Amino acid sequence: MSALRGGPHRLAAGGLIERESRISFRFDRGHFAGHPGDTLASALLANGVRLVGRSFKYHRPRGVLSAGAEEPNALVELRAGDRREPNTRATVVEIFEGLEARSQNRFPSLRFDLGAINGLLGPFIPAGFYYKTFMWPAAFWERLYEPLIRRAAGLGRAAPDADPDAYERCFLFCDVLVIGAGPAGLMAALAAGRAGARVVLADEDFRLGGRLLAERAEIGGRSGPAWAEEVAGELASLANVRLLPRTTVFGVYDGGTYAAVERVADHLPVPPPFTPRQRLWRIVAKRTVLAAGAIERGVVFPGNDRPGVMLAGAVRAYLNRFAVAPGARAVVFSANDDAARTAADLAACGVAVAAVVDARPEPPPAVAAAAAAAGAPLLAGAVLTRAHGGARLTGASVRRADGGSDFLGCDLIAVSGGWSPTIHLTSHLGARPHWDEARLAFLAGEPPPGMAVVGAAAGRMETDACLAQGAAAGLAAAAAAGFAGVLPELPDAPHESAGRAPLWRVKAPGKAFVDFQNDVTEKDLALANREGYGAAEHAKRYTTLGMATDQGKTGNLNGRAILAELRGEPLAALAPTTFRPPYTPVSFGALAGRARGPAYRPLRLTPSHAWATEWKAVFVESGPWLRAAYFPEAGEHDWQASVTREVHGVRRAVGLCDVSTLGKIDVQGADAASFLERVCLNRCSRQPLGRVRYLLMLREDGFVLDDGTATRLGPEHFLLTASTAHVAHVVSHLEWCREALWPELDVAITDVTEDWAQFAVAGPRAREVMARAVDPGFDLSNDAFPAQAAAEVRAFGGIPARLFRISFSGELGYEIAVPAGFGDAAVRALMILGAAQGIVPYGLEAMGTMRIEKGFPAGPEINGQTTARDLGFAKMMPKEGAYLGRAMAARPALVDPERPALVGLRPRDRSRRLAAGAHFLVPGAGASLANDLGFVSSATFSPTLGHAIGLGFLQGGLAHVGKTMRAADPLRGSEIEVEICPPCFVDPAGERAHG
Amino acid sequence: MRIDCPHCGPRDRREFSYRGAVLPLPEPGAADEAWFAHVYLRDNPAGPIEEYWQHEGGCRAWLVATRDTISHRIHAVRAAAAR
Repeated sequence: MSALRGGPHRLAAGGLIERESRISFRFDRGHFAGHPGDTLASALLANGVRLVGRSFKYHRPRGVLSAGAEEPNALVELRAGDRREPNTRATVVEIFEGLEARSQNRFPSLRFDLGAINGLLGPFIPAGFYYKTFMWPAAFWERLYEPLIRRAAGLGRAAPDADPDAYERCFLFCDVLVIGAGPAGLMAALAAGRAGARVVLADEDFRLGGRLLAERAEIGGRSGPAWAEEVAGELASLANVRLLPRTTVFGVYDGGTYAAVERVADHLPVPPPFTPRQRLWRIVAKRTVLAAGAIERGVVFPGNDRPGVMLAGAVRAYLNRFAVAPGARAVVFSANDDAARTAADLAACGVAVAAVVDARPEPPPAVAAAAAAAGAPLLAGAVLTRAHGGARLTGASVRRADGGSDFLGCDLIAVSGGWSPTIHLTSHLGARPHWDEARLAFLAGEPPPGMAVVGAAAGRMETDACLAQGAAAGLAAAAAAGFAGVLPELPDAPHESAGRAPLWRVKAPGKAFVDFQNDVTEKDLALANREGYGAAEHAKRYTTLGMATDQGKTGNLNGRAILAELRGEPLAALAPTTFRPPYTPVSFGALAGRARGPAYRPLRLTPSHAWATEWKAVFVESGPWLRAAYFPEAGEHDWQASVTREVHGVRRAVGLCDVSTLGKIDVQGADAASFLERVCLNRCSRQPLGRVRYLLMLREDGFVLDDGTATRLGPEHFLLTASTAHVAHVVSHLEWCREALWPELDVAITDVTEDWAQFAVAGPRAREVMARAVDPGFDLSNDAFPAQAAAEVRAFGGIPARLFRISFSGELGYEIAVPAGFGDAAVRALMILGAAQGIVPYGLEAMGTMRIEKGFPAGPEINGQTTARDLGFAKMMPKEGAYLGRAMAARPALVDPERPALVGLRPRDRSRRLAAGAHFLVPGAGASLANDLGFVSSATFSPTLGHAIGLGFLQGGLAHVGKTMRAADPLRGSEIEVEICPPCFVDPAGERAHG
Repeated sequence: MRIDCPHCGPRDRREFSYRGAVLPLPEPGAADEAWFAHVYLRDNPAGPIEEYWQHEGGCRAWLVATRDTISHRIHAVRAAAAR
């Protein structure tokens, strides 16, 4: 080994790195250099950094175990400030210039960590510790136990503020989705792509090739990476193929839908302009080829978590792909034929091999030959009984086949317990994997519809088999999607010997880890089994085996094998715990996409928004809309002052309010009237043309669905209004009634809410204003156009408009609707035309105040729990006709005279304020549920009356008019005496509106 | 999940909204018990069930989808108005 740029442990030659360029980065306090093509893990190893983190529970020193997404140990915090990201796996992080990474779960520093004392306390923190210890007393949980556990449990720290980067969510449609770009996946994509199918090839790595990048095998006379590059090049040249590197397919959903996250800019210091950091793909595929490969397991033996114990396949990846020597003197420990490759690759890279320890009594000749070629003794039938060292590995104890022990000095143990096919995605729709004794692996059960599993994911570990299977599956998938092709010629490739024997654990004294990320030891599993939690799903919860960011990818099977042995069951009987999405962690940013902050949902602006902004309106969200709440004038320092002025303006002169957000539903057809009679309480067939009626609609269960108005514009043409918050639901309900209940009726329903801008002009001088707004020739006199009249007119000089004489304020009132595009002009025109009458703009608050003064029910009263009777509309309910909700509204409990009904209320002491939510009690009764007589639904200060008023639902309703009740509000600590009165406070006879 | 709208073709489930099981409306004048059952009582079959879905983000048609509650597969979709 020679000390070259990019780290002293960098090999002099080889690897898929760009040696001529250099990248500087930081890890904790150290400054290091690496090359393009490095991961953070490979660059750290090249610099001799072996200790990268502390474990979760015992704070044991941990190093890099793997070279992929399965990494349980090397979790680091990336970047700084608001781009800080915890729990990233150093094994998949691409380094970039200026990268800052920090180790986690250590205090005060990685080398000297106070939490390591937990290691000494180990015997006192067994499995299920939290369940047993933090149970009692209950009051301690929130204040003491939870904060304590949270501090101890934190793996990484979230960024202090909102993520400054953008994320996207996109759809993608294809004929064939290929997951994984190893030998099998590349061949599948090639076969399907050449056949002309739309192919998407996704791989989590930044370079396509999968395992070929990490091995020395030759494919078609070229190196594996060269062959992969050539295939990737051809695929990239096909217009029907889309390559998605840096993309993890993490979930399978119904109907051939797959979720994937593409790390678009994670490998860059900062995302370029107009580029998201990550992209969430929803991929809809007709057929899928799963070529996700396999994940290597370690072996459970004492000290197996020491930095320097590394998966053998990862050792080969660091040697061959990254040109890094992860150690100077290695011991190879396994029970499968991969040991030959590992020993050969180590020797080829100049790493001394201290011994090849093969647990099999008679390893095949290839392993013996490789050991001999590497100059290492082959210890057949032997096992490692301990890895020695602390933060750095110093050696290993070996138990020979004859029972004797040796000490092998080494700083690297390349361990392989065998490979587990990556079948996670096959189980996301519920299929259970099955045990294959010959392959010593769980293989996919019945995969999701349309999915074929090939290559190492199907248990085939030989490169030639992977290529052949992939090609056949790709061709078949394309054919099934309607694209015939021919099988691509298969390149020459090795048929590696894949002999294997079970090797889960070594029985020896000492702490042996099954799950590194959660510090689950063999003893924890034994304890779980003794205490009755030995079934796989129970053991997972009891010991946390297989939880957290890695979900036990390297440890689960060993844990299961140990449990099976403890329980005396065959491994086949111990079904794996359920695999659920996501396969690897997905950031909340990617899931949210652009739907965050103000973009969380569309915000709708009224046609008068620009005008209201100029008038300095204070806006409030109302359903999906932003509406003007009030229009403060100079000198008004609280909202009540503005609202009071606006109410007086309406009641004394004239006011103007944008009511465009009210739902407008156009109902037309020969059967429009009879349809409406089936869905609401109105007798629409008897409604005169050009008249507006108050409208109530019931649900099937007899409660009120919504209120509004119905205007008859023609014999077969009605226009309904619905409340702002309910209109979407009301339209949907009407469409359901039409299509599901009465498709034989001739009726069309159209939501025209946003087609019309509508303004209320209300107040004693409203007629004077409207007379100037409506084009000459239209008679606005009370006789010609009385209350509840409606007409199609022209206004503002020829603009088609709809005019309604309706009032939500109780004053003489009109609502005028113009096509939405004229809304801005119309509101400005009305302000000019009404200037002489002193027209004032008023907002939602004044509107709400005036409707309470009039006792009109709104959202707080029509809350889904009130009937027409409760609201005082019993007389509206027709005695005849089969309208929806009729039968259920007649239920005894809903017609009980003692049922709470709408009343008005005012404080006995007129200086007191009222609060919605207070409950009615008779004087002297305690504030208990048993004494509860109803509640205050709406409350406001009435500028017209000069004191507070409210609406509420009181048992017995109007029978209590004149009585005194208490309105108790224990939540806000108020209780006041109120007088019950009819719900209408202003002009109960309705003379103003009819004048 | 995808629903094959008879008017628009297969679309993502985000375009659809769910109402519930398809149940016949009781006859006019039916006993209270029939209405009570219609409004409040639901079977919870393990297997195929007919459900109302609306293609709210598409053609707005109300559909009847036959969905298997075990496999989540949708076996058939028709317009609710087409009986």
